[in-house]
Amino acid sequence: MRTELTGDTPILSTHALTGGYGDFQALFGIDFHILPGEVVSLIGANGAGKSTFLKSVFGLLPVAREMVRYQGAPVGGTPAHRMVSQGVAMVPEGRRLFLGMTVEENMRVAIDNARLAEGQGEWTRDRLFDLFPILREKRRQPVEDLSGGQQQMVAISRALLCQPKVLLCDEISLGLAPKVIREIYAVVPEISAAGTAIVLVEQDVTLAREASNRLYCMLEGRITLTGASNDISRDDIAAAYFGASHAVV
Amino acid sequence: MQWFDAIIQGVLLGGMYAQYALGMALMFGVMRIVNIAHGDVMILLSLIAVSLAGVLPVGNVGLIVVIVPIAVAVGWVLQKFILNRVVGADPLPSLIATFGLSIALQNLMLEVWSADTRSLPNSGVASASFQIGPFYVGLLPVIVLICAFVLTGGLDAVLRWTRFGRGLRAAAADTEAAAMTGVDPKRIIGGMGSIWGAFLGAMVLGVAQAVGLRIDPGLGILFGHLVFLLVLATRPEGIMARKK
Repeated sequence: MRTELTGDTPILSTHALTGGYGDFQALFGIDFHILPGEVVSLIGANGAGKSTFLKSVFGLLPVAREMVRYQGAPVGGTPAHRMVSQGVAMVPEGRRLFLGMTVEENMRVAIDNARLAEGQGEWTRDRLFDLFPILREKRRQPVEDLSGGQQQMVAISRALLCQPKVLLCDEISLGLAPKVIREIYAVVPEISAAGTAIVLVEQDVTLAREASNRLYCMLEGRITLTGASNDISRDDIAAAYFGASHAVV
Repeated sequence: MQWFDAIIQGVLLGGMYAQYALGMALMFGVMRIVNIAHGDVMILLSLIAVSLAGVLPVGNVGLIVVIVPIAVAVGWVLQKFILNRVVGADPLPSLIATFGLSIALQNLMLEVWSADTRSLPNSGVASASFQIGPFYVGLLPVIVLICAFVLTGGLDAVLRWTRFGRGLRAAAADTEAAAMTGVDPKRIIGGMGSIWGAFLGAMVLGVAQAVGLRIDPGLGILFGHLVFLLVLATRPEGIMARKK
């Protein structure tokens, strides 16, 4: 059933994806794809449906089977914990660390349930401690003692230790100081160099453009703009971001 | 000197409470189920053991081998047919269901076994004691205390060092985030209480009751309730909960 993966075959794609919460429809036919090793950002204002989109892809909200394809096979509606074992991981909005557990214990939960054993995959605790040296220092501390930026580093490490082929990042810059955001985004190239495809959901347009190869812009549950990140003009983004009628630059 | 003796007896009594508290801590901590029938189920199993002792010539230690599988079976039935149906973010359904179960079990046991005090045939352990300095210490309470220590430590180790335990704690902290990290979240919700907190609480209760008894035989139970009130008034988040 599985199609052979070539450089042009998306590792993850959605096809006329619709979804929402109960009777409230938040997504209206989203067509999205990402290639292996690609960095794609998804921008849009609050309430545009970005987080709903990630949750729908990741099996946290109900969708039809054919609406999501992973490595060519339909996977829509697969529960999140099984998406993880197949190679999709998520850094959730607001970090959602396991409070009361140490930095290393948070990591261990991911290792326990990862697609590959720690030694066989791309990511090890040691490599992540090299990437985020402060975490090596704080490995035995409960995560609630860490600063917001350090907690975000734990959340990213936890997701990477699932050894994903696709990493979904939901607003990893939210609530962090600009200096910390730069530190966090500095690791994006290293993650994609490891062959992992990255979906960056962002509200910060400049950040999203700089970090990604391609971008999608969402408005009110629809994709309003897509293209290579450095080809799209700011005017087009502004129009797609706010809607043509309230375009401001 | 008699106050020091009261503290020793209180700690030993606390060992028994700690065994009761352990099951409560795990259920409430992990599944957010307030199991009011917890004590009744324990009494039920004790009465079954007392009745079996009259039929099976296996001795009191052999009885453990028989009663533990029965306890597992009773727990499984309780979980599968009652608790799994009321478990959820709202603690009220589990509270009401187990309250009803508690009343039903109490009356069933009254009907079957009557209200008389019963105990296992005395093999000598229950009345044996030894002397440490000026204090006499019962052998059975010491065994109970050691068991409580081992059980608490064992449960703590499982939660801390095993894949299952980590998954349980992760799911207890944030069920959805645990699922996002690959943990199958079936049937696990809530927040994790402290296992050693339950142990410490049992000790405090035991000592309070023993000291109360020493002041006046009628004060033991009252002192126990006063300790509850004191803890609820000063540390409602739990004895060993971390301060924010």
